[in-house]
Amino acid sequence: MKTLQIKVKIISNKKLKNDYWHLEFESGLIAAKASAGKFLELKVNKGTDPLLRRPISIHGVSGGRIKLIYEVVGKGTQCLSERRPGEFLDVIGPLGNGFNPPRGRRRSGGQSIIVAGGMGVAPLVFLAAQLKPDKPLVLLGARTKEELLCQQEFKALGCKLMIATDNGSLGFKGRVTDLLKEILSRDFKADKPANIYACGPQPMLKAVSLICRENNIASQLSLERHMACGFGACLGCVVSTKTGYKRVCKEGPVFSGEELMW
Amino acid sequence: MVKKIKSDISVHIGNLDLKNPVMVASGTFGYAEEFKGLMDLKKLGAIVTKTITLKPRPGNLPPRTCETPSGMLNSIGLENPGIDRFIKEKLPFLNKLGIPVIVSIAAEDDPAEFSVLTNQLDKISGVCAIELNISCPNMQKDKLISQDAKETFDLVSTVRKLTNKCLITKLSPNVTSISEIALAAQEAGSNAVALINTLTGMSIDIYKRAPRIGSWVGGLSGPAIRPVAVRMVWEAYNKIKIPIIGMGGIMDTESALEFIIAGATAVSVGTANFINPKASLEIISGLRQYMADNNIVNLSSITGRLKVCKD
Repeated sequence: MKTLQIKVKIISNKKLKNDYWHLEFESGLIAAKASAGKFLELKVNKGTDPLLRRPISIHGVSGGRIKLIYEVVGKGTQCLSERRPGEFLDVIGPLGNGFNPPRGRRRSGGQSIIVAGGMGVAPLVFLAAQLKPDKPLVLLGARTKEELLCQQEFKALGCKLMIATDNGSLGFKGRVTDLLKEILSRDFKADKPANIYACGPQPMLKAVSLICRENNIASQLSLERHMACGFGACLGCVVSTKTGYKRVCKEGPVFSGEELMW
Repeated sequence: MVKKIKSDISVHIGNLDLKNPVMVASGTFGYAEEFKGLMDLKKLGAIVTKTITLKPRPGNLPPRTCETPSGMLNSIGLENPGIDRFIKEKLPFLNKLGIPVIVSIAAEDDPAEFSVLTNQLDKISGVCAIELNISCPNMQKDKLISQDAKETFDLVSTVRKLTNKCLITKLSPNVTSISEIALAAQEAGSNAVALINTLTGMSIDIYKRAPRIGSWVGGLSGPAIRPVAVRMVWEAYNKIKIPIIGMGGIMDTESALEFIIAGATAVSVGTANFINPKASLEIISGLRQYMADNNIVNLSSITGRLKVCKD
């Protein structure tokens, strides 16, 4: 299968709030191959500093339009935030193995739960759109109310939304994984959820995977690692699994919680 | 009217004929299959595989890469499936491409492993050349073979007796005199030297006060090391007669030409493959364009032909 490396024109690139940004570009070719959990490798500048591409997950697709959200955390994402509408971006992708929700007849009756922490929300709105007929329950976590992202988007998709903030400024006070524990013991005692999908910081993903193992629930976790290439060549982004090191960019970024070693 | 000339960019390295002088460097191109669909592999001058060891190697503790100014550090640690699985699972795809396959090999514990590997590869017609990686900085060794002229000579001499295939010796820049080591490789019968492997480097996360890669120290590559690499190619060129394959931060035609003018017969594209998988193909057409623009018929007429610097 041919992997796309194309130049796309930026339609918009705007600050959402704090250090969070929203970027859109048009590409029917990428849209046709996109699915939740896959990512793109963006060349954010012209020169050699920063040198490497930046892997950014796909936040949404509407028609031929691709939406990304990202947080400015360093030199690369700073460069990306400085790119203006009308400029071209060199993009490789969609890359990696995304979420694999049960489809068609395989779709089970159980409830799906999405657990999103901070910037990890980015691919999960896209996933919620794909899971839409199943109306997933979304647990959305952030440090504070101000840092919560995509509440409206989940609501618009008809998802039931529960909020957790570390400082209690909105919703459950505490970590989103504590909220997950609570609802599993309270609301899902008899009827286990079919699948738990999660993306967020590493400690959150570890906690989700351990909670799922304890409760015997299947989980799909989207990991983030520093990547040099993004398409399986450099072997830089590996994680430990039960069957040895695996590449986050190629075998991942979505792994089943059962196979990861923490 | 502009006179059209047909430029010849084919080169010879030992008994190896390359249709063009642009290869891809070991460790940056996997076993080529990773790039299938991203570029036309058949256009490359040659492919150098990721280094193979006798036994499978899981590689080093992550994180294994980090970015540095115009460069990157890596400490992959020669993760590879081992020679047997390489031959069975990776080589058939490489051989289908119809371009020369150069297999990079390394020893883990005992230099004698180079001999075992060479004996095995010598029998395979689909292997055109063997690159001796005696310069990987990520093996937790106090000293590399290529940091000692005598050890380099002894190793290359031993392997030379085992095969008639083209032998390329890949050298480390982490030495006082690159020409001394290059000369030792030549005296021992190497058909070419590959210059340079990565420079050892370190990068620190000041907030965590911890090294940014799992093995603390790794190999620096990318445009940041290019001037060091060009200088070493030029120094070696002045001392040795065998061809030099130049590499170190080649990103585009201009940087490839720097190496050729400094004395490299061929060039290898490394880190650039991660950022622009088509970089090597762009360099091949860029070289043709440069020759046409400057009325150069044979690439060899500019190889190592440095003019005096004038103000």
